[in-house]
Amino acid sequence: MNELAPISREQRVENLKGLGCSRKRVEDVRFTQGRGNYVDDLKLPGMLYGDFVRSPYAHARVKSVDKSAALAVPGVVAVLTAEDLAPLNLHWMPTLAGDKQMVLADGKVLFQGQEVAFVVANDRYVAADAAELVVIDYEELPVVVDPFKALEPGAPVLREDLDGQTTGAHGDRRHHNHIFLWEAGDKAATDEVISSAEVVAEEMVYYHRTHPCPLETCGCVASMDAVNGKLTVHGTFQAPHVVRTVASLLSGIEEHKIRVVSPDIGGGFGNKVGVYPGYVCAIVASIVTGKPVKWIEDRMENLTATAFARDYWMKGRIAATKDGRITALSCHVTADHGAFDACADPTKFPAGFFSIMTGSYDIPVAHVGVDGVYTNKAPGGVAYRCSFRVTEAAYFIERMIEVLAIELGMDAAELRRINFIRKEQFPYQSALGWEYDSGDYHTAWDKALTAIDYQGLRREQADRVEAFRRGETRKLLGIGLTHFTEIVGAGPVKNCDILGMGMFDSCEIRIHPTGSAVARLGTISQGQGHATTFAQILASEIGLPADSITVEEGDTDTAPYGLGTYGSRSTPVAGAATAMAGRKIRAKAQMIAAYLLEVHDGDLEWDVDRFVVKGAPERFKTMKDIAYASYNQAIPGVEPGLEAVSYYDPPNMTYPFGAYICVMEVDVDTGVCDVRQFYALDDCGTRINPMVIEGQVHGGLTEALAIAMGQEIAYDEIGNVKTATLMDFFLPTAWETPHYTTDFTETPSPHHPIGAKGVGESPNVGGVPAFSNAVHDAFRAFGLRQSHMPHDHWRVWKIAHDLGLHG
Amino acid sequence: MIPAAFEYHRPTDLAAALATLGEFGDEARVVAGGHSLIPMMKLRMAEIGHVVDLQDIADLKGIRIDGTAVWIGAMTTQHELIGHQGLAAAAPILRETALQIADPQVRYVGTIGGNVANGDPGNDMPALMQCLDATFTLAGPNGSREVAARDFYEGAYVTLREDDEILTGIRFEATGGGQAYEKQKRKIGDYATAAAAAILKKDGTSCSAASIAMTNLSDMPVWSKAAGDALVGTACAAADIDAAVAAALGDISPNADNRGPVEFKRHVAGIIIRRAIEQAWARA
Amino acid sequence: MSKMHLKLTVNGEAHELLAEPRELLIHVIRERLNLTGPHIGCETSHCGACTVDMNGRSVKSCTVFAAQANGAEITTIEGIGAPGALHPLQEAFREHHGLQCGFCTPGMITRAYRFLQENPSPSEAEVRMGMAGNLCRCTGYQNIVKAILSAAAEMNTVKEAAE
Repeated sequence: MNELAPISREQRVENLKGLGCSRKRVEDVRFTQGRGNYVDDLKLPGMLYGDFVRSPYAHARVKSVDKSAALAVPGVVAVLTAEDLAPLNLHWMPTLAGDKQMVLADGKVLFQGQEVAFVVANDRYVAADAAELVVIDYEELPVVVDPFKALEPGAPVLREDLDGQTTGAHGDRRHHNHIFLWEAGDKAATDEVISSAEVVAEEMVYYHRTHPCPLETCGCVASMDAVNGKLTVHGTFQAPHVVRTVASLLSGIEEHKIRVVSPDIGGGFGNKVGVYPGYVCAIVASIVTGKPVKWIEDRMENLTATAFARDYWMKGRIAATKDGRITALSCHVTADHGAFDACADPTKFPAGFFSIMTGSYDIPVAHVGVDGVYTNKAPGGVAYRCSFRVTEAAYFIERMIEVLAIELGMDAAELRRINFIRKEQFPYQSALGWEYDSGDYHTAWDKALTAIDYQGLRREQADRVEAFRRGETRKLLGIGLTHFTEIVGAGPVKNCDILGMGMFDSCEIRIHPTGSAVARLGTISQGQGHATTFAQILASEIGLPADSITVEEGDTDTAPYGLGTYGSRSTPVAGAATAMAGRKIRAKAQMIAAYLLEVHDGDLEWDVDRFVVKGAPERFKTMKDIAYASYNQAIPGVEPGLEAVSYYDPPNMTYPFGAYICVMEVDVDTGVCDVRQFYALDDCGTRINPMVIEGQVHGGLTEALAIAMGQEIAYDEIGNVKTATLMDFFLPTAWETPHYTTDFTETPSPHHPIGAKGVGESPNVGGVPAFSNAVHDAFRAFGLRQSHMPHDHWRVWKIAHDLGLHG
Repeated sequence: MIPAAFEYHRPTDLAAALATLGEFGDEARVVAGGHSLIPMMKLRMAEIGHVVDLQDIADLKGIRIDGTAVWIGAMTTQHELIGHQGLAAAAPILRETALQIADPQVRYVGTIGGNVANGDPGNDMPALMQCLDATFTLAGPNGSREVAARDFYEGAYVTLREDDEILTGIRFEATGGGQAYEKQKRKIGDYATAAAAAILKKDGTSCSAASIAMTNLSDMPVWSKAAGDALVGTACAAADIDAAVAAALGDISPNADNRGPVEFKRHVAGIIIRRAIEQAWARA
Repeated sequence: MSKMHLKLTVNGEAHELLAEPRELLIHVIRERLNLTGPHIGCETSHCGACTVDMNGRSVKSCTVFAAQANGAEITTIEGIGAPGALHPLQEAFREHHGLQCGFCTPGMITRAYRFLQENPSPSEAEVRMGMAGNLCRCTGYQNIVKAILSAAAEMNTVKEAAE
């Protein structure tokens, strides 16, 4: 079965479309023809539709619910309230953060948009009509939307269910609206260094509340088959296996009787990690009615009720010597978690990996404390296109560096350079307990500064300031610098779990007799292109063309258990599992090849797509030959078939990094900011598919642009959401989005089988400080130190106004 | 987001449309492109028993230019305004304004009649119509009447149009001049933080006529006679424009919203009005 | 409320059906005609995921009542290109990585399909303005713009060759 006309080694490598090649995506054939398969596309026979009645109030007692008029509407099958769910003990559900959350309002509501009743009807129009007819009698209660006020002694008690509980899932609660205090680092040592430091900069840095807002909202179709007792749930799940386990624990249905399927997902960005009341209600409704029940949230529901992100008030102190060596960093966070603590973090990390806040810098001592607080806002706290709370940490340190540069009167690029962890310090132990696996920050930084002609830009900026002072222009120039370090790829089972499930991931490979393969993973793509890139990893490992490898994810009946896709963990964890499973295949293939070639295993060497007898290159067996032989030859001591499975528990996180520079024109009079240039250098270790990496960077930067420049979930003082539609919630169009220049360095992860680190979230993590720093930098010459995001027109205008630039 | 049920009517002539309005009174609403009304209905912020769709009424369509006299049928879409060559020559500000409304898809269906008739202070065409000194034709049960755009608006969503009337067309004299529509918004699809229309005529080096109007800076469009007066007879030098801007600012009363507080809006309004005047003067 | 008799031509095929006037065109297309290419994203006519071509115009079908569409000629993504004979836009979106999760893609391509008929040789700025009614959360648009410019060039080459 060897090729008749031998082709070059180079050609064989190319044919694989393996690691490092910009392979076109296999998913796109379907998507470009409108043949995606998203959850709302699913239609099952007899399917019913669920719709919520939601609270218009942010805090109120629910005195009564009258569902009679709704039930009288023809086509309405059921109206569920907490009372109906209570006998099943499903009126509350556990959150991922060790708290519990009402599925349907149990006596009171705690945020605007909270689920109060679930109407089930044979048509979505009928369900919507009937929802209007459910009559709820509310008694309004005082509302708290400010986390600092929530902690005042006389603040209203939000969570009456926790009354008197002085301990929560993460330790002591010191106030009725307090959730936890989480700390890392050495407080005493940090305070001591700061108190005697030559220079200290202190600042409050706020990372405002926002929302991942994928273009597809959340939803599911629950279908209980009363005959065989099997529950199938199709839904927008970034972690389908965890959903299955949670569904089993909640419902008492055994896990093998539950099938969870994530079909194509129209973007996730963290929004689809959590478990929402809609899923529980759809499942209950299907069990009760014996019919499939579909629940799809609308955009207002999405923005008001599922999965906000950020909302961290970060009070920082940074100490340094007069010549700019950072000596200590301290941060206290007041974290607004909303009405229930539903943050999606690994169990032992209620503030996620916020302690990566020392960033790219060699800081000898540091301390962080995070206070979680209840308010009358929606629950969530998800990792919106970032590893858990890493974007908050990166924003904090990159702002503090800028503030310190101002305090020192130093150039911010130089301040970063002298404090970077040096290449030879890796693996580096951070003051807050992380072991950075690898990095080469100085190389990346110099490359970035050179690429944009940093010195030239600074000269232009200085000239502009002079021109502005002479009255010749009303536009300022901002140069936004960022050097970020991420921590992704959660994570080692020894310290990372979600609801007790270790955060390993998995890959199962089956090679077919004629040399094609299927690989199934515990992750689920939401646009990242796993079907394309994981096949590339495998192609390079097992020597079969990526085009001959099908990648499947998302069906818990067929895929191996995994923790899902979020926190940039797919490549670091499932990608590693894929490589390791591939290596198991190759090990077995080597035995088969040895038998076929009548040599000892050790006499063979791997060459792209084949095993070759050492010193006799004409004697070889290709992977295709071996696959066939594995099924049709009796090989002594070797089982038939060619399959492997790997469950990969990563030894460490990975630490992607990057250098981003944003050049921004700022109109002092209108507050309008235009990005003139954006340069993004990413180091994500080994690059699997440069085309996909570039696409991830473009997308993440655009999300960062939105967050930094206008996107927010804003509340008024009585808890009304002011930004509940896309009129007010800023998603940039092609018109507002700038052109990006991408670049890279490549520092492989030493502990990852192929050296890859993950990239999807870097541009959000690094992009936000780059845009924000550009705005700040434009006003540095006029005395600005700190101003809160989002930098929409009026807030930028206000900076100028407060600095007296409007004359 | 699901709208409540309604009865649908699609009359083929104006008389039938008026008869339907007459029959159902304030339960009925006419719909043109529907991109203001339908989202409101989907949010159930507008409950309408009878929707009267005007798309099949030929008399409401078309653009006619006869010398300086311009007539635009109410059902003319923004897209049609943008693409009309004669209009681009007669009153280029219409195209400039229409291009700043919403996005391409919305402009295909959004009509000039809908934009001026519903009284939304965020809509751009009302101020432009005031700037052009346009006249609206309203057809009702007792025949047609004409109302000047400068008189038509009384407050947010409150106009001189009666419930049983339909705005059928717009006419104005296209008398040239330098024209400009300047708009600041947060993004495509947003209403104006501040917007201003300016038409200036030049006689030698001095301004012989000036018309200034503004969008979303009060609960209705604002035509500032004082701003125009401040420019007429001047050479539109910096001090003259300062005076016009000050006069225009004297006529507005912006509301705080997600775009920012009143102080900010007034400041931006000043900048935008100035830019519109400068641009129009440069084109005069 | 009473249902009305609707006639629609979708992707060249005539359909007749009974629907409540309030039914949204997107629901008619997706749920009655089972053409699930166009999607629902924002429901307030901002995102363009539901874009279809109606009587030669790109429209947001979440903001059109079925009744308004009575008699209309509609093209959805399913009517643009066919397996094995993809439209140059479909090819270009794949070639230039102009999509990630794929949710906005049908609306995006359907809009670009009309845009290029109106402006066959656009500049980059014109593409950005012409596509400003369609939101994408994944790509940052850069590769979408690239794909549309490339498809335009390809279509012009084919047209010139034919002339």
